[in-house]
Amino acid sequence: MSSPTNSPTQHTSTIGAIGAPSRRNTELALLVFAVVIPVFAYANVGLAINDQVPAGLLSYGLGLGLLAGVAHLGVRKFAPYADPLLLPLATLLNGLGLVCIWRLDQSKLLQSLPNFAPAAPRQLLYTALGIAMFVVVLIFLKDHRVLQRYTYISMFGALVLLILPLIPGLGANIYGAKIWINVPGLGSLQPGEFAKIVLAVFFAGYLMVKRDALALASRRFMGIYLPRGRDLGPIVVVWAISILILVFETDLGTSLLFFGMFVIMLYVATERTSWIVFGLLMSAAGAVGVASFEPHIQSRVQAWLNPLNEFKLSQAGVKDGVLHSEQLQQALWAFGSGGTLGTGWGQGHSDLIKFAANSDFILATFGEELGLAGLMAILLIYGLIVERGVRTALAARDPFGKLLAVGLSGAFALQVFVVAGGVMGLIPLTGMTMPFMAYGGSSVLANWALIGILIRISDTARRPAPAPAANPDAEMTQVVRPS
Amino acid sequence: MNKPLRRIAVFCGLLVLALMIRDNWLQYVKADALRTDTLNRRVAIERYSHPRGDIIVDGNPITGSVESKSGDFRYKRTYKNGPMWAPVTGFSSQAFDATQLEKIDDGILTGNDDRLFFRNTLDMLTGKPQQGGNVVTTLNAAAQKAAYDGLRAQGGKGAAVALDPATGKILALASYPSYDPSSFSGNTNDDAAAWKKLLKANNPADPTLNRALRETYPPGSTFKVVTAAAALENGKYTSADQKTDSPLPWVMTGTQTELKNEGNIPCKNATMRVALQFSCNTVFGKIGADLGNDKMLAEAKKFGFDEQQFVPVRSNASVFSDDMNPSQTALSSIGQFNTAATPLQMAMVASAVANDGKLMKPYMVDELQSPNLADSVEKTEPEEMSRPLSAANAQILQSMMETVVKDGTGKNAQIPGVTVGGKTGTAQHGVANSANPYAWFVSYAKLPDGSSPVAVAVVVEDENANRDDISGGGLAAPIAKNVMKAVIDSRK
Repeated sequence: MSSPTNSPTQHTSTIGAIGAPSRRNTELALLVFAVVIPVFAYANVGLAINDQVPAGLLSYGLGLGLLAGVAHLGVRKFAPYADPLLLPLATLLNGLGLVCIWRLDQSKLLQSLPNFAPAAPRQLLYTALGIAMFVVVLIFLKDHRVLQRYTYISMFGALVLLILPLIPGLGANIYGAKIWINVPGLGSLQPGEFAKIVLAVFFAGYLMVKRDALALASRRFMGIYLPRGRDLGPIVVVWAISILILVFETDLGTSLLFFGMFVIMLYVATERTSWIVFGLLMSAAGAVGVASFEPHIQSRVQAWLNPLNEFKLSQAGVKDGVLHSEQLQQALWAFGSGGTLGTGWGQGHSDLIKFAANSDFILATFGEELGLAGLMAILLIYGLIVERGVRTALAARDPFGKLLAVGLSGAFALQVFVVAGGVMGLIPLTGMTMPFMAYGGSSVLANWALIGILIRISDTARRPAPAPAANPDAEMTQVVRPS
Repeated sequence: MNKPLRRIAVFCGLLVLALMIRDNWLQYVKADALRTDTLNRRVAIERYSHPRGDIIVDGNPITGSVESKSGDFRYKRTYKNGPMWAPVTGFSSQAFDATQLEKIDDGILTGNDDRLFFRNTLDMLTGKPQQGGNVVTTLNAAAQKAAYDGLRAQGGKGAAVALDPATGKILALASYPSYDPSSFSGNTNDDAAAWKKLLKANNPADPTLNRALRETYPPGSTFKVVTAAAALENGKYTSADQKTDSPLPWVMTGTQTELKNEGNIPCKNATMRVALQFSCNTVFGKIGADLGNDKMLAEAKKFGFDEQQFVPVRSNASVFSDDMNPSQTALSSIGQFNTAATPLQMAMVASAVANDGKLMKPYMVDELQSPNLADSVEKTEPEEMSRPLSAANAQILQSMMETVVKDGTGKNAQIPGVTVGGKTGTAQHGVANSANPYAWFVSYAKLPDGSSPVAVAVVVEDENANRDDISGGGLAAPIAKNVMKAVIDSRK
């Protein structure tokens, strides 16, 4: 453990953290739960499906425990004052996701589909890589403010990541959305997941520099501050890129996520409500505009408005140029059939969703088998991760850290909302995955990196400030402390 | 920057809150509707997740369940001697739903019926899998076999119904050609192919049609029993051996058309006994015309015409029209014109006569039993439906029908040591009567102790037989005889 005095950074404000306990033991205790709960869930699935405790229970438990232990030791060593909740919550979600993916691997229906391959072992590998990524972030990112130097490189990197799926021969069109790339030997990747983090870095760096101009140079009109025309430049550019994503990658979720993240960060940086208004107007205009000519978006909206009809069209095998999918209706039935308490692990029929049952639609399995009660708990865990992230932003002492933390947390929240809302039929469905739970290497890796960065920022924020420099007035001032 | 940060925190909280509200809407408010949506495959998966209860005849199940090898439906239905019992059981198919008893008593058979709720709860607490209850029928296996084998030997389309006159219990309910419901009870391509082959479009013989309940035929001369009952009940004639006012030839009231008899038979002013014995169209046609549409209709309705029966499987309503002129009434009274009856209906006519004028409501489910314990969930009690005749008139009609079998057109139905009463029928149909007629026979058997254990109606339509050969006495009576004999033998 590093002692408070070898902090590599200089702190100038906020003395609230002085003497704050590191809470590493709290984290360890919570991690034990985060490992034990999925292990019990795993045993439960085995008992429900095969009437026996799964053979891999011990290795699974040890594996997950080992990963969690490594992550914990990493935090203890490299970020001792980090938020104690983030790691256990992410571990719990990841562990439950693994169990759920393994449970869906046992489905005879899914096994009978073409291209079936057990997903759980690969997800376990991704999880290991994700934890490794997490530790690497903690080791090499000694101070998140380093990232500030890469503001414009980040911009470039993010654009490359976003454009990759559109490159012929590299991009893959899966169920209408072009948000994947095929990497030989690695399988398919979702660069958008990584772009989320890189973009947050760019936005944070850019807004930190420009925030004063964006905030102050404005006219007051009808109670809100209107920005000058030329200050609208950045938001228009990001908006245009989001629209381009929507048009060319036909993915509403990714587009909404990036634009939403930018608006949140812009609002936090400038403290001007007018940006929110602008953001909402622009995203509404963009979404409606694109939906008016993009058939894929239109079909998604149709499927959202009338999932039962889509189900029937899909069953009847109607071919009218639009992809009809029974998935959403199947997901709704899964949720409804779960009811309040759920069927219990392994006893639902969410495999009826078939394609993407263990990725985009994994929440439906949780809904059916753990019921309303279980799903509410899971949503609360996501909510907690987001709020711990925003709490980190509040506690951060530097504007860049604040912006980065709120950007990442906001993106995480938007992603959870867009995916869960889509699967539950609250909003049109998009092609993104539930962070940590859904099957997919990109998602797991990117989200562990995201948590790593949040942990780094929170460590910096909660780290006790160095002893104040000797004050020349010290001798003249008596500090009276009530004891 | 902290003020907007706090607002963002609230905003993120609202996002999660919106998800939670939506989740409550889906999994609490709409949960039941989604869970029980018939398009939701879980409904079917649950339905086939445990063995279905059985349909029972004479203490033995005529159905079964077998674990299927493929798919997500675990158990599928099997049938013992499926084609013979299909008119009773109907079918239960994973792919094509269910019909008749399988459909009506589905709740008991799957174990989902509300009346099994207590038991299911008990099973759930003790960790036992849910089980289906049994449906105990009133049928008589020997009679059913006699009826089905008789029809099959005949080779043409046809149906037979046997009733217990005293209770209304259905003893036999056969239809030919039939189908094996086992052949499409699963959910595979083979099942679909078997099903497709049975559809009327692909199979003109329409084997899935339950002719005993769902097909109405012109009853022909067998309807004269109803006309005779109307004559007695309305006091037109008071005895079987009273001379009737029956000119020969007889020109139908209000027309220039003579009503013809089949062949040269002694019908002029014949007694009703003789008229029934020789099946005189003129005598019964005139009785019908004289009584008029209203009185004939009233009598026919007492026998159950113009009304669907639920046994509990629905039967089509037999027809006797209510808006006919005298000549049409005359034709209707000999079972022609619009008159049409299901085999069940004609068996009800015979059973009412045999039961001294009391028509019992026909039924084929004796008891619904809960799983394992064989507790009765519901027991059907015999129920009087109507009284088409007084006991005295019924006995007069019995003696007339017994003469038909003893000396008349129904000699083929005679059983040694048993009194049999019956009536043949040969109903014409088709444009200008060009199609092959239907051969009918309705009858009952009476034991020496005066009890009457069985009443039967058999109809055979034979496209291949020589037209002259088709007569109720020749084709249908032997089948009726075997059915009656089977019932009597099984009571010994």
